[in-house]
Amino acid sequence: MRQRPAEDVSGLPTTGFGASSPMWWGTLGFITLEGTGFALAIGAYLYLRQVSDQWPIGAPAPEHWAGTAMLILLLASLWPNVMADRAAKQMQLGRVRLWLIVMSVIGFLTLAIRGLEFLQLQVRWDDNAYGSITWFVLGLHATHLITDLGDTLVLAALMFTRHVNEKRFSDVSDNAFYWYFVVATWVPLYAVLYGVPRL
Amino acid sequence: MRGGLRVTGGMAAAWLLSACSGPQSALDPQGPHADNLARLFWIFTVISAVIWLAVMVVLVLGLARRVPNRLDPLALEPRAERRSLVVVGGAVVATALTVIALTALSYFSQRKLFARENPGVTVKVTGYQWWWDVRYESESPDRTFTTANEIYVPVGVPVTVKLTGYDVIHSFWVPSLTGKQDLIPGQDNEIQFVASRPGVYRGQCAEFCGWQHAHMGMFVVALPRPEFEAWAEAQRTPAARPEDAEGQKGAELFVSKACVMCHTIRGTSAGSRVGPDLTHFASRKSIASATLPMSRGNIAAWVVDPQGIKPGVNMPNVSIAADELDPLVSYLAGLR
Amino acid sequence: MTTFEKATHLDVRDTDLGQAELHARLLRTWRTGSSLLDRLSSVDHKVIGRRYIITAFAFLCLGGLSAMAMRMQLAQPEAKLIGPDLYNQLFTMHGTTMMFLFAVPVMEAFGVYLVPLMVGTRNIAFPRLNAFSYWVYLFGGAFLWISFMLKIGPDVGWFAYVPLSGPDFSPGKRTDVWAQMITFTEVSALAVAVEIIVTVFKLRAPGMTLDRIPLFVWSMLVTSFLIIFAMPAVMVASTMLILDRLVGTHFFNPAEGGDALLWQHLFWFFGHPEVYIIFIPATGMVSSIIAAFSRRPVFGYLPLVLSLIAVGFLSFGLWVHHMFVTGLPQLGASFFTASSMLIAVPNGIQIFCWLATLWDGKPIFKTPLLFVLGFFFIFVIGGLSGVMVASVPIDTQVHDTYFVVAHFHYVLIGGAVFPLIGALYYWFPKITGRLMDENLGRWNFWLAFIGFNVAFFPMHILGLQGMPRRVYTYLPEMGWGPLNLLASVGALLLFISFVLLLLNVMISVARGAIADDNPWDAGTLEWATSSPPAPYNFSRVPFVTHREPLWDNRDALPVVTGLSVDSRELISGTVTEAFPQHRESSPAPSIWPLLAAIAVGAAFVASIFTPWAVVWGSIPVAIALVGWFWPKDTPEDEK
Repeated sequence: MRQRPAEDVSGLPTTGFGASSPMWWGTLGFITLEGTGFALAIGAYLYLRQVSDQWPIGAPAPEHWAGTAMLILLLASLWPNVMADRAAKQMQLGRVRLWLIVMSVIGFLTLAIRGLEFLQLQVRWDDNAYGSITWFVLGLHATHLITDLGDTLVLAALMFTRHVNEKRFSDVSDNAFYWYFVVATWVPLYAVLYGVPRL
Repeated sequence: MRGGLRVTGGMAAAWLLSACSGPQSALDPQGPHADNLARLFWIFTVISAVIWLAVMVVLVLGLARRVPNRLDPLALEPRAERRSLVVVGGAVVATALTVIALTALSYFSQRKLFARENPGVTVKVTGYQWWWDVRYESESPDRTFTTANEIYVPVGVPVTVKLTGYDVIHSFWVPSLTGKQDLIPGQDNEIQFVASRPGVYRGQCAEFCGWQHAHMGMFVVALPRPEFEAWAEAQRTPAARPEDAEGQKGAELFVSKACVMCHTIRGTSAGSRVGPDLTHFASRKSIASATLPMSRGNIAAWVVDPQGIKPGVNMPNVSIAADELDPLVSYLAGLR
Repeated sequence: MTTFEKATHLDVRDTDLGQAELHARLLRTWRTGSSLLDRLSSVDHKVIGRRYIITAFAFLCLGGLSAMAMRMQLAQPEAKLIGPDLYNQLFTMHGTTMMFLFAVPVMEAFGVYLVPLMVGTRNIAFPRLNAFSYWVYLFGGAFLWISFMLKIGPDVGWFAYVPLSGPDFSPGKRTDVWAQMITFTEVSALAVAVEIIVTVFKLRAPGMTLDRIPLFVWSMLVTSFLIIFAMPAVMVASTMLILDRLVGTHFFNPAEGGDALLWQHLFWFFGHPEVYIIFIPATGMVSSIIAAFSRRPVFGYLPLVLSLIAVGFLSFGLWVHHMFVTGLPQLGASFFTASSMLIAVPNGIQIFCWLATLWDGKPIFKTPLLFVLGFFFIFVIGGLSGVMVASVPIDTQVHDTYFVVAHFHYVLIGGAVFPLIGALYYWFPKITGRLMDENLGRWNFWLAFIGFNVAFFPMHILGLQGMPRRVYTYLPEMGWGPLNLLASVGALLLFISFVLLLLNVMISVARGAIADDNPWDAGTLEWATSSPPAPYNFSRVPFVTHREPLWDNRDALPVVTGLSVDSRELISGTVTEAFPQHRESSPAPSIWPLLAAIAVGAAFVASIFTPWAVVWGSIPVAIALVGWFWPKDTPEDEK
């Protein structure tokens, strides 16, 4: 078919940040489906509690200090995360490297605290349904901590190679976006895991 | 195309009417609950058929009508588009009204179905892989009794059936009396029906429950009240000791072979609850959950080779010597 | 000079190139090579889409053969052809294959192939993820069927209710295979859903505002949202089932605080939207075919789009209608009757709009339209029997009987498979460059139509006569023999019609009439490319001025200039207006998606034997993912 030129895009840039970037939308897509998974896990938790005569079953409510420490650490981590995001949008390599290292260290800390949380649950996954769903919910969030740490470490490494370009900065910004999700999901999960058994 | 539609419609009607008969038909109601459901079904069917026919007529007319060739697919006539809008809008409103009406009809029928009266008889049915444990409840413990795979009820009296599953989910369904409900482990469900006439009504498990789901049937037998009471009284008595030598030999075999591991026969030392209660086994109309009609020959066939008749069933093939079979069968056939 | 500054220096754009040189350069940039490694590394959505379609139809074959075996066994009472163990495996394999390995993947496959073409872009978003999702799907399906051949295939139905599917009553690995296959296919479907959403939101050709998006693309967009919100439910459920079976959790064990109905809620929260995931793309196919074969745009574009969205939303509010006989509170159940009947309204809007289009248009009775007409006949019956089962009282009689089997085959085969076959005839010339045979097409249609109705209509009656589902046989005195025999004969006819379809495909690929760019004179953008399309789809990205671009611009297609020809570039724009924002680079071929799929597949399979496989398996997966995302020295990675 014959063509007639109607518009020219030669001058357009090749990358963008935030909602102008398809990768950002892809990240949002995965956030949505994983968020749905979390919502369903919480739903299953509340359902099992509702069909049970007593809750927790066969165990005291979990000690909350590790979970609270996690909450504080995650909320505090929002600040370095914002800094990493801003540095990426301004394409300042030195600051991006710094904040990625900070986020990596925080990532390792969160895993250590998560380990302590499991130890403090005072119920095993195979004791009863309460144990099963508690380990399940905590484990689901733990996998997100692990994968995000992995992503952060790889990005941090990349920022020390010759592969630094606009796209990498956009990736750092998307990674920061995902971390907001990991933090945001902990808030309702914390309330459910540590608060609901005390109701 | 139109002729084909008429033929199809006629065949459909004929087929539908043929569904009214049969030993387990939902369209052959024998009680007020099933009757309520059958009526609702017919109303929905007639309305659905009319709607479907209307859609087909519009489709066929639309395809058949003469339309001038349109050189430019985008050259639409605004008046025709507006007309279509009005018609489609009207059809949507009609659909919404129909849906509301059908929902309301369904709701009223549902309330009737689940309304509860004071029961004349209460039975607790527990679903096992692949048989029904039936326990008649009573305020006085000495008047309770257990049977299996058959539920006798008095005619014209509300019967409450409590439902629970022992192992996996089963479903209690006697179509000529009422709709089905599941037997779920860890949950207590309940259903109620009335049998309007004396008769034998067949039911079947309607939730896939493993190997022999296909052969998990049951009978509901409705009797006039006095006959029902007589039956219940007979069921309450323990098994009578056999009078003849053959029967006595059979009784000894029963408790010395594997049979005693799974079955209860009240009045003997056999007291296991793994399998169906056999105290009045021969009074039943069928063997192996409505799989075989009750007869000496079928008792023998079942006892010798249950795996051949219902592969996978929990009753193992027990070795029975040639001279042991007749006494055993005589004994079982005497458990009336 | 940084790498990206270097790239711009060598960057030739398409603005002033002649057609021949443009084609040559773009071909070099976008083509998939012919070596085995090249073909395994392809990230071309058309290559992957074709693979998906062929694989899905292969699973249709396997699912159909299972059904034929079942129908032969049921043709007579107490037939001794197939015993209960094999029969239970067959109906499980039939349902599981049709739902997870055929119906959803084939609709996604058509989306993967057609959506980028219809929105006027050069590749799907996240092309390597697309390749990955195909391999994961293939491995999951192979895992299921190989297990079946090895006699460790599942036998608890496609819905695997607990406690039957739990550790106590389904020992061994059979149910674990089923549960893990779910994980494979859901990962695959979720990935494709994200790709399609991002493609439709961000990669549309400039000028394709929301109200110029083709109806098929809208249907794939809505479907993708359904996938994102529904599939996590079945993944949560299947993961909990594996955990109960493998490591002793008690999610579904009532003795330790678990609940058998938790499974049903989670499964059906997915299961009901699942059938709309299958049906909604088919409605998009119907819209496309009706427009082309009535020679006018579909009537009621806006009501149709709003109906698609309404159906999508409503489909999440129906799931309890699968649980009407489990003893739930009655008031709650009535709500679900109302919502289940309410969905008839937006579905009805679609039917009425299509009828209005056919009324006003001049129909061309080629095979695609025949299958659409078959859809009307069959699907409306299915929809109306659906209104019947939506009623709690009626459902207490027909639930779990052959009446329901009839209902869902009427809506799935009538509502999805018939449009799918029509779509195959319709888009075959675009995909292969040849037309399918019309004569064989008519035979195909009539055999399928008659065979289907003879097979499934009697089942309505069998259900009312008391025949439950999922039974390997039935007693002769029930009187179900004659209708079962009739149904089996019909099934045979239906099966033969699919053999005819396969024959038509094979003959046409070899010797079919050569098709030009737009053999049906349709209006949407995929028909502006060659048949089959070049690897780069469009030599210049179109500029869209109308909902039916080719009908609006019959003499010359307006295009956008300025994209690079020596690196893979496409245009990303705003979500609502498609104002161009970036020249987006599209990843080059890569073997890493296949390697990652192998690592993920191995971890999934091993994890049904030991939970430690998740820990150890994550190492190769991590390595593969790093390999995937680590930038290579290609122009696309350095921009």
